[in-house]
Amino acid sequence: MGADLLDLEIIMPDDVQEKVSQNGEPYELLIIGGGPAGMTAAVYSARKQLKTLLISKDLGGQLLWTSDIENYMGYQYITGRELTDKFKSQMEQFPIVDIIVGDSVEKLAREGNLFVAATAGGRKYMGKAVIIATGKRYKPLGAPGEEKFVGRGISYCATCDAPLFAGKDVVVIGGGNSGFTAAADLVEIANKVYVVNSSSTWQADPVLVDKVKSSEKFVPLLSHVITEIKGDNAVTGVDAQSLETKEIKQLPVQGVFIEIGLLPNSELAMGLVRLNNWGEIMVDCGCNTSMPGAFGAGDVTTVPEKQISVAIGEGSKAALSAYKYLLMHG
Amino acid sequence: MSLLKEDQQKKLEEKFKELDGNVKLVVFTQEMECRYCEETRQLMEDLAGLSDKIDVEVYDFVSDTDKVEKYKIDKIPATVIEGEKDYGIRFYGIPAGYEFVSLTNTIMAVSKGESGLSEETKAALKKLKDPVHLQVFITLTCPYCPTAVEMAHKLSEESDLVTSDMVESAEFPHLVQRYSVSSVPKVIINEDIQFEGAMPEKEFVENVMKVLES
Repeated sequence: MGADLLDLEIIMPDDVQEKVSQNGEPYELLIIGGGPAGMTAAVYSARKQLKTLLISKDLGGQLLWTSDIENYMGYQYITGRELTDKFKSQMEQFPIVDIIVGDSVEKLAREGNLFVAATAGGRKYMGKAVIIATGKRYKPLGAPGEEKFVGRGISYCATCDAPLFAGKDVVVIGGGNSGFTAAADLVEIANKVYVVNSSSTWQADPVLVDKVKSSEKFVPLLSHVITEIKGDNAVTGVDAQSLETKEIKQLPVQGVFIEIGLLPNSELAMGLVRLNNWGEIMVDCGCNTSMPGAFGAGDVTTVPEKQISVAIGEGSKAALSAYKYLLMHG
Repeated sequence: MSLLKEDQQKKLEEKFKELDGNVKLVVFTQEMECRYCEETRQLMEDLAGLSDKIDVEVYDFVSDTDKVEKYKIDKIPATVIEGEKDYGIRFYGIPAGYEFVSLTNTIMAVSKGESGLSEETKAALKKLKDPVHLQVFITLTCPYCPTAVEMAHKLSEESDLVTSDMVESAEFPHLVQRYSVSSVPKVIINEDIQFEGAMPEKEFVENVMKVLES
């Protein structure tokens, strides 16, 4: 019974109030995105006393669906939620930062000397400089049946949806860290957990792999790809083909967790700044983009290694670069 | 034992100082048979203990039939958040985990007696002619779910025709089955319209207004 797995931990309400610059003046700095990079940039810009606005659909970003963190210095172990709360309180102690949560920027453009951010909620905000720290989102698999069964057995957020699959058979697609993090959650809840990976080895950290391997529920399928997701009203199974023998196995599952990596949330800046072939915002080591006054930080950029600690460093650099830019041009 | 830690109680006490009007938490429970009834009642009693403006009433789902009918309760644990009047706001299952956020924010909004929705949304809701029932399926580990629950409850607060339920998926597996819920948040509107994912106010309301077309 799934109810035994209910998380009765109490998470405190977001104390951040919606605040908007009252006088209609442009902000000195817009920060788009509220993950580790964006929140760090806000702290650094506040300490330089820049009038700052941070806009994000949530505070925490990918941290919100990270369960255990063991490689963020200063904490031997901390959960994604706890670390998010600590970042939030650190940012909120600076009243110079206005924060809008629950809306997201759809289009960023340059008009004259200003950057204009238009949101999904129909609002417009202006800034003299901007930091894009919009992170990444889940990448779809592209297999037949995927679009049809979104919300009908296919999930891209294991943390959110795992409790819905108590006692059921599920497949995790992807053998990297996100795949094995999902599998670790699912072996606690589901009946059987297949993990399918296209390469012949796992890419996940050995610590994570060992944790999942120790469960009797774990069924590994290396060198396999998913050729179809099947069902009627909801998912009833997937076809997994061996890359070696070409044989197709039918896996009878009710849940499909797609964990094959991430896509950068860079659409808002298309045409404004240069992107690489994967859609990442190209930045130099000072977080400068191809457009003066626009800076990039964290997972949405070309910075190697998508790690919380790396995003923190990038967020601080981007804010300091923006500060220098504003001294020259502001 | 309280579900709330000491520092959480202090923070909430501080937050509840901003309450305007009185709020009544009406809890329906049944000690013997319901998995999280006791914890839900305990949580609501704890909250009521943190402010003079929050009261709690506890009823038995089996014996208090008049109240069950009055509030149209069909499953437990159930919590009604009542302000100046019963707006039609319900939490089915325990609003712990991330959903504690939507519980406290809804208490604040009901106390204020003002939904805080945009003028466009308010105008759109006036076009409704028939009752609209929103059910928002959530899990307690879903960071995006409280946004959807709060939005549904705000619509209830604003319009007399809208009622809204949070439904905690793990506690009501038969409803998860019935509505084929496999990702959350999932919103069911009047049984026939459904959508997944948290969305900004404008898009959420556009989805709700589809009832006018059906």
